[in-house]
Amino acid sequence: MSDAIVIDPLTRLEGHGKIHIFLDTDGGVDRAYLQIPELRGFEKFAQGRRAEDMPQITSRICGVCPMAHHMAATKALDALYQVDPPPAGRKIRELLYNAFMVEDHALHFFFLGGPDFIVGPDAPRQKRNILGVVDAVGLEVGKEVIGVRKQLRDLVAAVAGKAVHPVFGLPGGVSRSLSSEVRQEAAAAAARAVDFAQFALGAFREAVLGNPGYVELISSEAYTHRTYYMGLVDGANKVTFYDGTLRVVGPEGKELLTFTGRDYLDHVAEHVEPWTYMKFCFLKDIGWTGFADGAGSGVYSVAPLARLNVADGMATPRAQEAYEEFVTTLGPKPVHYTLANHWARIVELVYAAERMAELAGDPEITDPQVRALPTALPREGVGVVEAPRGTLFHHYQTDERGLVTAANLIVATQNNAARIALSVDKAARALIRNGQVGDGLLNQVEMAFRAYDPCFGCATQSLPGHMPLIVEIRDPDGALVREIRRD
Amino acid sequence: MTKPKIAFYWCASCGGCEEAVVDLGEDLLTVVELVEVAFWPVALDFKREDVEALDDGELAAAFINGAVRTSEQEEMARLLRRKSAAVVAFGICAMLGGVPGLANLYESRDIIDAVYHEAPSVQNDDGTLPAEESRVAEGQLTLPAFGASVRTLDQVIDVDYYLPGCPPPTGLIASAVTALVEGNLPGKGAVLAPDVALCSECPRAPTKPDKLLVRAFQRPHQVLIDPELCLLAQGLICLGPATRAGCAAACPGGNMPCTGCMGPTSGVVDYGAKALSAIASVLDADGEDEITARVAEITDPVGTFYRYSLPASLLHRRVRPAARDEKAEVAP
Repeated sequence: MSDAIVIDPLTRLEGHGKIHIFLDTDGGVDRAYLQIPELRGFEKFAQGRRAEDMPQITSRICGVCPMAHHMAATKALDALYQVDPPPAGRKIRELLYNAFMVEDHALHFFFLGGPDFIVGPDAPRQKRNILGVVDAVGLEVGKEVIGVRKQLRDLVAAVAGKAVHPVFGLPGGVSRSLSSEVRQEAAAAAARAVDFAQFALGAFREAVLGNPGYVELISSEAYTHRTYYMGLVDGANKVTFYDGTLRVVGPEGKELLTFTGRDYLDHVAEHVEPWTYMKFCFLKDIGWTGFADGAGSGVYSVAPLARLNVADGMATPRAQEAYEEFVTTLGPKPVHYTLANHWARIVELVYAAERMAELAGDPEITDPQVRALPTALPREGVGVVEAPRGTLFHHYQTDERGLVTAANLIVATQNNAARIALSVDKAARALIRNGQVGDGLLNQVEMAFRAYDPCFGCATQSLPGHMPLIVEIRDPDGALVREIRRD
Repeated sequence: MTKPKIAFYWCASCGGCEEAVVDLGEDLLTVVELVEVAFWPVALDFKREDVEALDDGELAAAFINGAVRTSEQEEMARLLRRKSAAVVAFGICAMLGGVPGLANLYESRDIIDAVYHEAPSVQNDDGTLPAEESRVAEGQLTLPAFGASVRTLDQVIDVDYYLPGCPPPTGLIASAVTALVEGNLPGKGAVLAPDVALCSECPRAPTKPDKLLVRAFQRPHQVLIDPELCLLAQGLICLGPATRAGCAAACPGGNMPCTGCMGPTSGVVDYGAKALSAIASVLDADGEDEITARVAEITDPVGTFYRYSLPASLLHRRVRPAARDEKAEVAP
């Protein structure tokens, strides 16, 4: 029989994430459960819709990463209609996709994850935010964050119609070509993004490498899980976001398998638990053996750290340098430290900016030929991209008129769900001793899952962005000791 | 003079409306100077208790985005209503239900089946489903029941103003806040966007024929779309004629048809019906048989004409003969 210090939200508040911790009789943690309380059902109401509307309908799953859903859906349409975009169409897609990655990664670094390091994990909560970051690195930086974001989003809107929600994806290409004026704007935005990414890397390096305590924190056992990793790689096994082959490496760093999106059902499966609306992905090749890490468990991880773990390096020079420093400091690979996601995200930020610059500098991108019209009868298609938060699968089946008969969506955070559950459990175990709940509990638990930048809105297609959380602590008699709440 | 206090809150939304507020960029800093943001859970560390502590009507305005589907969202909407002089339904989900409102086409159990049984990646041989109460080795865990019905904000509380769009265009957001600060708001019930059709601000308008007739409708993936010509004249179902202006025709600017996220102009009871009639009126067909055949060629009319407005429509939701009454459906 477990004792009952419970970290639990008020159950009537179904919009809130819920962490429920059972104590054992010694006052230590028996098991912690992260529960996701809502569901929206996009997969169901996709049925009956026109396939070509899916990029715009599914982008409404998440207004934070609409481009990721828009692009995964668009690529699924390519497969559905068996049509490949002409080179310029493909390049325009990848250009905008990388612009989106820069903007999203930068937002996370400066607003959400970065404060833990730049301001410090032990700093008071009121300081651990963007204002604290600005205090630490200067007001000019705050303005630059806003400025870069605006420039990138204006670029996306200029090509894709709107930044939230884009409309340019069609099977076989994009809806419009890129003028040379817009290409110049893209080149200017990319150059600024490259500088900005270098600056972010410098800020992170100074904060982390200048402070041995942080490296120790990152590599501490409380934030370590030895799992499989999955991510897209290009032909040279370098990190890629828009398109590539999926590669899975094991906890010892050996390649387990590679596969294309079309074969995802052979390798990826979802497990259902009765206590949460979130489904838990696992590797079919290994099987579901419960919430455990190690080579015998099918639990795997996606997102920046996973992408760096599955790849042999980065395809652009500055990102490769940053990657090498990352591996030298935290390696050997695979790096199993969850908090290293923050650093990996900056390495990717550098890559996304450099890749943008490459594409904007490619004269072929202004070629007016941006679409190939589909001729095949639609039947079934799978699209895969690396969303900022990890691998994203869209899978549609249609009738011969191209009306969706079945849709299956596996989103980034779902791939990570089992490992996130492990992280929450481990953070709770590290903190709670003899029934004493430390003040830093919520912060530390939040740090454990903030590193994944989880989007529970995407994962259950329910609530957007960052899940509000209530921690309710009860003594063994069930009486409320205190409540910590994060709306 | 004290600054007017305002609140932002999201119900069942995707976060895109919040992004639109952040997209004000430096204008956001201007807004912050003019008003006091008393509650914005996604960005600032305020709590529900802070709202409860306010006097009734103390907030000059609450901007509420997202449709309403859970009892928590309903409670917060009611609380903000009590504390606010004006409530603005922010974005098309709060106003008409939005894309998530398409869930009203199905009942909860259909959605549960699709997600936990039918999805081809699910491995669930013993038929496990999320349950309101479940027993784990360590004890008992509870989950809220899943409610599938999506309601608009004004189906839950009294709403003073509407700011349409998916998300609302930043220019309209800035104007709405300015009007609020200057005490320059229009009459209750007003939609804070131009009351004209989208075509009036579409750069393609000069190419729209006076007497537009479409022989056969095309779908966007079937044709190469001319970037200058009126989309309807190209045979694409562009909902510009039925839709309110205010977005600078963003989607036609991206060389794709308008899908109606700004909702209708004033006086329209049911946006989808209006959109359908606008499209039917340009159909070049003679006789009942031909008209029937042409209309049948319009695939997915619900997803096309009611994409953002099903919960606000006269239909509201699909009702099966065996379904419970609507109130029971609505309460999660």
